[in-house]
Amino acid sequence: MKPPLLQVEDLHVWFDLPDGRELHAVRGVSLRVAEGERFGLVGESGCGKTTTILALMGLLPPTASVAGRVVLGGEDMLARGERTLAPHRWRDVAMVFQGAMNAFNPVRRIGAQLVEPMELHGVAEGAAARRRAGELLERVGIPAARANAYPHEFSGGMRQRAAIAMALACNPKLLLADEPTTALDVMVQAQIMELLVALTNELGLALVLVTHDLPIVAQTCKTAAVMYAGELAETGPVETLYHEPRHPYTRLLFAATPDLDDVEGEVVAIPGAPPRLDRPIEGCPFRPRCDRAFAACVNAPRLVAVGDGHLAACHLNAGVAA
Amino acid sequence: MSANGAGPLLEVEGLVVRYPVSRGIVGTLARRPRRFVDAVADVSFSIGRGELLALVGESGCGKTSTAQAVLRLIRADAGSVRFDGVDVGRLGAGPLRALRRRMQIIYQDPYESLDPRFRVRATVEEPLAIHHVGSRSERYAAVVHALEQAGLTPPELYLDRYPHELSGGQRQRVAIAASLALGPELLVADEPVSMLDVSVRAGILGVLDGLRRAGLAVLMITHDLSTAARFADRIAVMYLGRIVEEGPARAVIDSPRHPYTKALLSVVPRRDPRHRVNAQILRGETPNPIDVPSGCRFHPRCPVAIPACSATDPQLEPVGDRHRVACLLAGR
Amino acid sequence: MTTAELVEAPPVPVAPPSFFTRLRRSPVLSSRQALVGLGILLLFVLTGIFGPIALPHDASLKVGPVFQSPSLAHPLGTDGGGADMLYLLIDGASVSLLVGFAAAAVSAVIGGLVGLLAGFFGGRTDIALMRLTDYFLVIPDIPLMIVVAALFGRSLTNIILIIGAIYWTSTARLIRAQTKTVRERVYVRRARALGAGNTRLIVRHVLPQVTPLLIANTVLLIAYAIFAETFITFLGLGDPSKISWGRLIENAFQDDAILNNAWWAIVPPGLAVTVVVLACTMTGQAMEDAMNPRLRAGHLSVRRFRLRRWPPGSP
Repeated sequence: MKPPLLQVEDLHVWFDLPDGRELHAVRGVSLRVAEGERFGLVGESGCGKTTTILALMGLLPPTASVAGRVVLGGEDMLARGERTLAPHRWRDVAMVFQGAMNAFNPVRRIGAQLVEPMELHGVAEGAAARRRAGELLERVGIPAARANAYPHEFSGGMRQRAAIAMALACNPKLLLADEPTTALDVMVQAQIMELLVALTNELGLALVLVTHDLPIVAQTCKTAAVMYAGELAETGPVETLYHEPRHPYTRLLFAATPDLDDVEGEVVAIPGAPPRLDRPIEGCPFRPRCDRAFAACVNAPRLVAVGDGHLAACHLNAGVAA
Repeated sequence: MSANGAGPLLEVEGLVVRYPVSRGIVGTLARRPRRFVDAVADVSFSIGRGELLALVGESGCGKTSTAQAVLRLIRADAGSVRFDGVDVGRLGAGPLRALRRRMQIIYQDPYESLDPRFRVRATVEEPLAIHHVGSRSERYAAVVHALEQAGLTPPELYLDRYPHELSGGQRQRVAIAASLALGPELLVADEPVSMLDVSVRAGILGVLDGLRRAGLAVLMITHDLSTAARFADRIAVMYLGRIVEEGPARAVIDSPRHPYTKALLSVVPRRDPRHRVNAQILRGETPNPIDVPSGCRFHPRCPVAIPACSATDPQLEPVGDRHRVACLLAGR
Repeated sequence: MTTAELVEAPPVPVAPPSFFTRLRRSPVLSSRQALVGLGILLLFVLTGIFGPIALPHDASLKVGPVFQSPSLAHPLGTDGGGADMLYLLIDGASVSLLVGFAAAAVSAVIGGLVGLLAGFFGGRTDIALMRLTDYFLVIPDIPLMIVVAALFGRSLTNIILIIGAIYWTSTARLIRAQTKTVRERVYVRRARALGAGNTRLIVRHVLPQVTPLLIANTVLLIAYAIFAETFITFLGLGDPSKISWGRLIENAFQDDAILNNAWWAIVPPGLAVTVVVLACTMTGQAMEDAMNPRLRAGHLSVRRFRLRRWPPGSP
């Protein structure tokens, strides 16, 4: 069996708070992404999904401290912090940011902004870089001639495509996309997701898609992980997550999402709110909101295998053979 | 108390909202003719009491401008908006102010909807203060009642809170309570849940649903077809300033008749990974409203357009029980 | 067609912190820079208020030889008329500070009003008021002050009004920008949709958001105003019956202090003005920084995230 492209082991991230305390934003996340795989990281606001992928890119602010292993292509990028991570940034793992449409410098042409990472990371220079920029734009569905345009001349959808092109500039093996379609219209969203799927298929690119939108993950990813309060609640193939969820949060999250195929079905709200992450959490973090909590839940559950490639952190699974 | 008890509460007819296009310095100096963009180009619909109409469409389709014109927050350039039989566009300042008590709006962003310096009690009481309604004790009772209607119970716990102490869902409920304080008959909800977490959306939509069942008319603007399908009585699909399809929610979702509606429905992702995707992804993006295509506005992107579509601008024609479509091919 | 009606748990009621706790925690007081600035200002203000009353006799009374260097009896020496410099300095503080604060207040009121109206109403009101602001902006302030002072007499009130009428333009611009921003906020639009009139919108929603900025700006204006008073008076256009720091410097020059090597007649008042201006700037700057959180350290820091051992104690 081929080793996974990306292996994250027990990742923790803390943020310093102004009053001297700490926010424990990511609490022991482990995941595995194979080459060319599309992996969805799902959760609501504050669950730590964006912080997780920022940690993979080493783009955390100075108030952050990180622990754990992030193994990419056999090497632990986090071993010596920035020093071991920097060589991989953009060359092996690149990111499309939330609000990428606004991530462009408004006074520089799109083409020049695509060339910049290539020259910075020594991938191409001068005319060769410009040619490659044109190719990248074509690949994401923008005519190469538009490289001379400024960002404001592009529509929102086109800028998002250009942001994807910029992420591909140095031919990475892994693409991290943070809410790439959140601010886009439904049709443009479909176009962008179609593009991402095509790119992963054509280039053998692995994709980690971070979003709160479960249906998008259900339709485009093969495996997914559901995050809650900085931890993994459940992870596995998306079909299994939908049809045989083993964590109440996964089940309730699907139930809270309206669906065109089930218009008459009941749409639930999950009462309460996620726990604060600036203090220790007693027991299962989901317990106050869970509809199936019982006595064992006062102890923190561990992520255990409940099926083939399917793990869940819930006491209800105790006694289920892996 | 209503002048028009039998008919629909809100009747919009031929609504047009026009914005001037900047000519720039050169244009102004060269005295180029002023150009206009019709953000809303001849829109007609009606909403009855206890009915929830979802106005669905992508950005630039004119749904927000329509809602603002309905509430007379902006001026309509043509057409009429009749609320309970009264033409809203012709009202003077005084009657207009009185009208504001009967129709209200809640906005998309719960984090910006509340004045950070006002406690919840002050925010919900404000409409009563503006219209000089009720004594102190009457206002207190109205505030408590509104908070309960919005699902914030027990209300006493929330009265003295500041917005920053509340979650997004709670803030949106406060905004709803504030809009309910005067007992309106029509509520316009502009993307009421799009900025909230998935797990709290159903709660807010449930509040709106309960209010609808109690007789409130609701105009909900949304880009989320799944939500519209679940919570709306009727759906109107807008494209480039026009309504292209309108009808009962189930009819529009189960048997869409306009190619745009069909395409939209096909690309909305479903929860079930095993769903057989038959996505009709349209090419390009919604054109700039400045350059409206000739004939049918949708024809350049339409997968089934025929030559006649570039010449004729179709009107809304009935194709079923209160189901209308603006498409030359709809009949077939 | 029911939806599961489950409401999120209400927030845990927390007793609001007392006024003093809030004051102590407010961003202004937690900045050391602001505290130092405020402390210095407070010192000068108290001196200005209580100093002249505490003086044993009229400050300009001759108590020693002309231009006597600092001694134990007269720590700052004597001026060209033999009066004690220290007493003069204390006496002058009250006038200089009074003019500074009053002129800044006049500026703040004019600038605040112009900015508020222009920003809130927009359109023609905005254009007209901004045109007015532009006119005042291009007039060179110093020559204008000289001309007006020369024409309209040299009373303290006139000085205050002149200074106030010159320095309001930047405040107007600042307040106009802030007002425009606040006016577009959703809660203001919502209040308007509820039927609120302009007065209510301005007084209850816009003003509370604009006032902190106005206060911070006014503190900076105080610095300008004190400096302006000093040089107007130094140029001989000040109120002849009042002692201020500018007056002291003017007198020193009139009496040829430099020729007499009497640095103590010039430096102390100059230093006093400088220190007060500095204190105002420190405080005003700290207040503005506190109000704009984006000015704080961002993501362009050279330092990066840190590594940590977890669990603690593992290799």
